[in-house]
Amino acid sequence: MPSVQQAVLSRDALQALLDHLKERGYRVLGPTLRDQAIVYDDIDGVGDLPEGWTDSQDGGRYRLEKRDDAALFGYTVGPQSWKRFLHRPAIRLWSAKREGEDVNVTTEPAPGTPCAFIGVRSCELHAIAIQDRVLLGGNYVDPHYQARREGAFIVAVNCSVAGGTCFCVSMHTGPKADSGFDLALTELMGDGEHRFLVETGTDLGAEVLAALPHRPAKDADIDAARAVIANTAANMGRTMQADDVPELLMRNLKHPRWDDVAQRCLACANCTMVCPTCFCTTVDQTSDLTGAASAAWRRWDSCFTTDFTYIHGGSVRTSTQSRYRQWMTHKLATWVDQFGSSGCVGCGRCITWCPVGIDITEEVQAIRESEPQ
Amino acid sequence: MTDTTTEDLARILKEHPFFKGMPEAFCDLIRDCATIEQFEAGAYVFHEGDPANHFYLLRHGKVALEIKAPERGSLAVQTVRAGEILGVSWLVPPYRLTCDAKAVELTRTITVNAACLREKCDEDHDFGYEMMQRFMPIMVQRLNATRLQLLDVYGTKA
Amino acid sequence: MAPKPEAQSTGTAGDIMVPRVARVRHSQLDGPDTWTLDLDDETFSAGSYVPGQFNMMMAFGVGEVPISMSGDPSKPNLVHTVRAVGAVSAALTQLKPGDVLGLRGPFGVGWPIAEMDGRDVVIVAGGVGLAPLRSLIYHLFNERERYGDIAILYGTRSPNDILYHDELESWRGRFDLEVDVTVDHTTSPWHGHVGVVTTLIPHATFDPLNTIALTCGPEIMMRFTIAALQDAGVADEAIYLSMERSMKCAVGFCGHCQFGPVFVCRDGPVFRYDRVRDLLPLKEL
Repeated sequence: MPSVQQAVLSRDALQALLDHLKERGYRVLGPTLRDQAIVYDDIDGVGDLPEGWTDSQDGGRYRLEKRDDAALFGYTVGPQSWKRFLHRPAIRLWSAKREGEDVNVTTEPAPGTPCAFIGVRSCELHAIAIQDRVLLGGNYVDPHYQARREGAFIVAVNCSVAGGTCFCVSMHTGPKADSGFDLALTELMGDGEHRFLVETGTDLGAEVLAALPHRPAKDADIDAARAVIANTAANMGRTMQADDVPELLMRNLKHPRWDDVAQRCLACANCTMVCPTCFCTTVDQTSDLTGAASAAWRRWDSCFTTDFTYIHGGSVRTSTQSRYRQWMTHKLATWVDQFGSSGCVGCGRCITWCPVGIDITEEVQAIRESEPQ
Repeated sequence: MTDTTTEDLARILKEHPFFKGMPEAFCDLIRDCATIEQFEAGAYVFHEGDPANHFYLLRHGKVALEIKAPERGSLAVQTVRAGEILGVSWLVPPYRLTCDAKAVELTRTITVNAACLREKCDEDHDFGYEMMQRFMPIMVQRLNATRLQLLDVYGTKA
Repeated sequence: MAPKPEAQSTGTAGDIMVPRVARVRHSQLDGPDTWTLDLDDETFSAGSYVPGQFNMMMAFGVGEVPISMSGDPSKPNLVHTVRAVGAVSAALTQLKPGDVLGLRGPFGVGWPIAEMDGRDVVIVAGGVGLAPLRSLIYHLFNERERYGDIAILYGTRSPNDILYHDELESWRGRFDLEVDVTVDHTTSPWHGHVGVVTTLIPHATFDPLNTIALTCGPEIMMRFTIAALQDAGVADEAIYLSMERSMKCAVGFCGHCQFGPVFVCRDGPVFRYDRVRDLLPLKEL
């Protein structure tokens, strides 16, 4: 494990970081404002970051609000996660062409530009690690995910605010970024100096840091960063008693609460789209009118769709109740059997982006409280 | 029909799975109402609508329970094989048989006179209870099996 | 700021999602809407799969479906039996000798052959469920001396629906095993058994304390078969079933085939009963 270096970057040095990564050939992606939300997209410089903005989140509610300072990372997470770059929404798997009596199958070319992610939160680092386990850690490896993942440079940011639907503390996934990054930043606004305490996580991170203007970290900087993170941890919007949730849910598969949530759930699949760990996909073939050329496309899918479980003649999970139960028990319970950890990182997106505000922490609590003895 | 001595009949009866664990006295009661019969392949053991005055313990062979439909001929709905029981309607009013029973191959039975047995059940309720205990599981199993047949599980759905 | 165009999609040779091309050598009708395809596949050889495993069979331009291997595992022929129940399977059953198709696999956990050594074997198949078991049956014949009593019990809808009809008759003629067939319905003259396949179990010869029982067919049929096997004294740990769920990838990535905590494609399709015992009765799991 490489030794951790700590240093302090100025706001200008942050721009230097983005420039340096571009020079190294990375496509630089980070948070930016669009359509009244903070999304992840290509950024040219610090000017593209949502300076002075924060978000206000609750069940079924997301609003941007102005801060009274110029913080660059003073918000939590928006509707998107980094999975849209690593485990992409739609890719072609192969194409095929009929030539006489034969069919020739062509695979896709190797990846182009590697990505640098700026502003990855601790919950997101855990989500990436969870997807690593699913897509790289079994008997089979997804080469598309692998190619994007192996080249990625990660600049994490420790949250200075806690979101209204955040519960990373309950899920042991934050707010401090512990591992899985090349560099980690904590934004500090106090003492009249807008600066970033930076921590290296890898040799590559150290190499990049060496190329940037920086000063040594003083005890005051380190203490300030610690205080910011402690403050975030103390202000989580939600909590979940998480350690016994797998057993709790699996022994309550017939609990009436599932009917209750089914009355509210629209099966709109928003939660699966915004969730940073949901990985389900489907594969469809397309062909031209003559049938001579065909291709297979892999797209994001959701266990909430009515034909997710379709086999010859019907679907296994037809009711909304069974589909909600599948999503929640997979995320919080059977994921542990399959991959050795919970599938939930406590980011709160599913709560925020549910049109009717269904709250996974509330559902767990409801089952816990009314469990038949 | 073959002539059989009482001892032979008693021995043959006790070999049949239906009698497993039955008290000696009850075996004798049934033996007194029982004879050995044989049906050639294609012969009918009984017809739909006949009074249910017998039940049959199959020793050998196979009997198909059939129901007639004018435009479809005779439809076999179940087969009964050696070791099993044919005829449960003798226990239940109006004591009438509800389908045809045709021997599909050479079949030998222990034929029990049910009218005779019904009287004995009335006289000795312990014996009546023993009969109920042995026939109820057969009826329940047949009901469950029939339900599965009805589900048409192998059919391709539209 | 306008997003930059996406780089060309990534991929490499050795991607398990890319099909290889195979050719139909021979096809035959083995049941209603049910065809057995004998395939020419360069990467395939004898012993390259375990009975009970499956390939994803692909009709180019239509899609792919999971189909178990149905051939003799000791032979170099790749054989699959496909029943036309949807667009993809219908397209596959229409393939003629010389036509090409796509293949991915083999995938999954097969029948527990090692467990069967020295034991009696009871096979209970329903409908087209006989196809994934036929591969195992060929193996049992190839190594007959390793096993005790063998009983093959087959149930299907009607006499016309009997899969591998002539082959079943020839198996029945062997002296070293028991074959019993029954149908749910009959309209034509039929001198065989009429009744559900579970009724065959009490009449089969096997030692329930030293038996491995294997079943494949519609899930309802398998559940009741398992109950009948339990009634006959077979332990849960000696019963195996082959399950089926929607599959898009067959390698545990797409998520479609999940059944509680297990992925049918990767942890199955063959499961020992005690592993799924508590899951099977749950509605819409």
